Amino acid sequence: MTADIAAILAIDGIATGAVYALVAIGTVLIFTVTRVIFIPFGDIAAFTALTLAALDAKQLPGTVGLVVVLACLACAMEAVSLARTGELRAVPKAVLGYLVLPLIVVAIVWLTMRFNPPMPVRILLALLLIMPISPLLDRIVFRPIADASVLLLLTVSVALHFALVGLGLLFFGPEGVRTEPLTSMAMEIAGVHVSGQTVLILAAALVFSGLLFLFFDFTLIGKALRATALNRTGARLMGIRPARAGTIAYLLGSLMAGVSGILIAPVNTIFYDSGFLLGLKAFVGAIVGGMASYPGAALGAFGVGIIESFASFQSSTLKDVIVFSLLIPVLLWRSLASQHSEEEVEE
Amino acid sequence: MRKMLSLTALIGGLVAASTAQADITIGFVTSLSGPGSSIGIPYGRGIQAAMEYKKEVNGEKIKLIQLDDGSDPSAATRNARKLIEEEKVDLLIGTATAPSTIAMLAVATELKVPMIAVSPVIGQPNPADQWGISVPQPASLLVKVVADRMKRDAMKNIGYIGFSDAWGDLVYNGAKAVEAEDGIKVLTNERYARVDTSVTGQILKVLAVRPDAVLIGGSGTQGALPLLALGERGFKGKTYGTVALVNPDFVRVGGKAADGIQVSAGPVIVAEQLPDNHFAKKLALEFRAAFLKANNVPTTDGFSAYSFDGWMIFTSAAARALKIAKPGTIEFRKALRDEILNTKELSGVHAVYNFKAGAYHGVDERALVIVRLNNGAWTYEP
Repeated sequence: MTADIAAILAIDGIATGAVYALVAIGTVLIFTVTRVIFIPFGDIAAFTALTLAALDAKQLPGTVGLVVVLACLACAMEAVSLARTGELRAVPKAVLGYLVLPLIVVAIVWLTMRFNPPMPVRILLALLLIMPISPLLDRIVFRPIADASVLLLLTVSVALHFALVGLGLLFFGPEGVRTEPLTSMAMEIAGVHVSGQTVLILAAALVFSGLLFLFFDFTLIGKALRATALNRTGARLMGIRPARAGTIAYLLGSLMAGVSGILIAPVNTIFYDSGFLLGLKAFVGAIVGGMASYPGAALGAFGVGIIESFASFQSSTLKDVIVFSLLIPVLLWRSLASQHSEEEVEE
Repeated sequence: MRKMLSLTALIGGLVAASTAQADITIGFVTSLSGPGSSIGIPYGRGIQAAMEYKKEVNGEKIKLIQLDDGSDPSAATRNARKLIEEEKVDLLIGTATAPSTIAMLAVATELKVPMIAVSPVIGQPNPADQWGISVPQPASLLVKVVADRMKRDAMKNIGYIGFSDAWGDLVYNGAKAVEAEDGIKVLTNERYARVDTSVTGQILKVLAVRPDAVLIGGSGTQGALPLLALGERGFKGKTYGTVALVNPDFVRVGGKAADGIQVSAGPVIVAEQLPDNHFAKKLALEFRAAFLKANNVPTTDGFSAYSFDGWMIFTSAAARALKIAKPGTIEFRKALRDEILNTKELSGVHAVYNFKAGAYHGVDERALVIVRLNNGAWTYEP
């Protein structure tokens, strides 16, 4: 291990870590607002990559089918639950939100595709198409059990991941994809070759973390989200709807996962089932941050990326073993260092 | 009167059905859906091409029944049972994934029906109760041929990087076996997972031993990942791989970085470049023409050719078995099994086949040529 090699490995690790960081921040965001550990996050990232690849190949992405199916399901559930509580007047609004909006997005993608849009537009379309998936899943799966324990939510989340992988195979097929590189430039930093893609990944991670910070500190919605995260009941008494806060958190989280999917697509072949490991490693990063702090999660994710990179040099066969073994000391340290409080009882 | 008519029709139908019984019935299973479908669909097209090429044996018509196993071993088992018990097939051909193929072979052995496997089957069959053979080149041979080429190219120090799974082990062990016979030295054993996004660490480790050449033990698109990393680091040596890499996506993704890699592959991959006296030349070109006629697309893969070779093995054995018994009988199935195991020097598009009881595979080093990737096209390197 010379200084050169260490530098190369460190840069490689930082690039991988930046992708994990985006997903980790999204995971923490959703967890703090809704108490759901959203395992399918990696799948959302993988689906974004697959969507972009389909758009590149001028095919209608499988995501369209997925969004339409989920939108119909969510809309039906919302309508039924509204009818049960006798709030029939709210049904049109629900149909608008859960069915018409996602369908508008699908229509936009379908129409824009006919004009062979350039790369930036295609990326935008892929993100647009992926954004509705998590909020719709939230409505279908998590809303009915919003007040359940964290453990139950986690179990459901894992089941949801497997359902999504199955749907992914159905809608995207078994073939892996790889998209065109976003940039082909490269530079030398202190004698180490750094590709433009690496710089781009890092920049995206920093920009999105920064935007998130601004959003939480300087906008009313952001503050409302933070309030929900701190105390659901208290926020409700102040007139903040936890359900809406959840939807916003899922939308933002999807955006993060979507961006990481776009960034990772040119670097690696993505299959319909590639998301799980990505999500899992980001989750390890989020755990390091105690599932509560964004900077902590980001740092943890960078740590995972760097350790992974060095581990792949030292012993490539045991790389993943090393990464996941890290969880044990971290969890021990976390549980010894933090004050235990029983889960807050919701009203 | 109308009753009479329908009765006549019924009897006529029965007579027709019983004469149709004399056809040779083939049960073909492949993966048209599921994760194995990317190679299962070509297998299916290969059979269509084979039907186009040869529809009958000694004047007996061949009836083909095709089922999808969805890349699922339990579905393959059900399909095999259904084909044998309900359709009374004389022979099974299948399927795209190794686990499903092994599952089908178990049913074929139990119900005493011969089977031609189009995926590699590992292990030693019991010679007294062997009902199946396997068409493709075994992995050990794939690696041996490419390792011999490294030796011929005077490569001394070899760096190895491959998948962290059974395939990676197969390629590594194959290279190590050649090392034992002296010649090349395999200095690294670096692994990466199919879902990894970066192999920078592993490649640095490989480059640290200053190898003359790097052997890739990956497959398909993900096999290009180490090549891309080697290109980034300015590696100037040679690269080698196996036929597992050969697909259009590998070429597309690998781009310039994959250029110059040499892999061992069946001769059909470079049919039009083979010398005229090569055993596979004429048949491979006929296969391509039949494939185009049957599927309206040109062939781009080596998998469809395994189906085709399976068909060649079956038709040559059936021609001999028909002299012993009639199709649809137990005697015919047994005769067909014996004749398949008696295959001698039969030229296909991938190999020259010689089967005998006690081994699944029946190919030798003639089944592989070295092809090199030049500007996005595979060229023959004798």
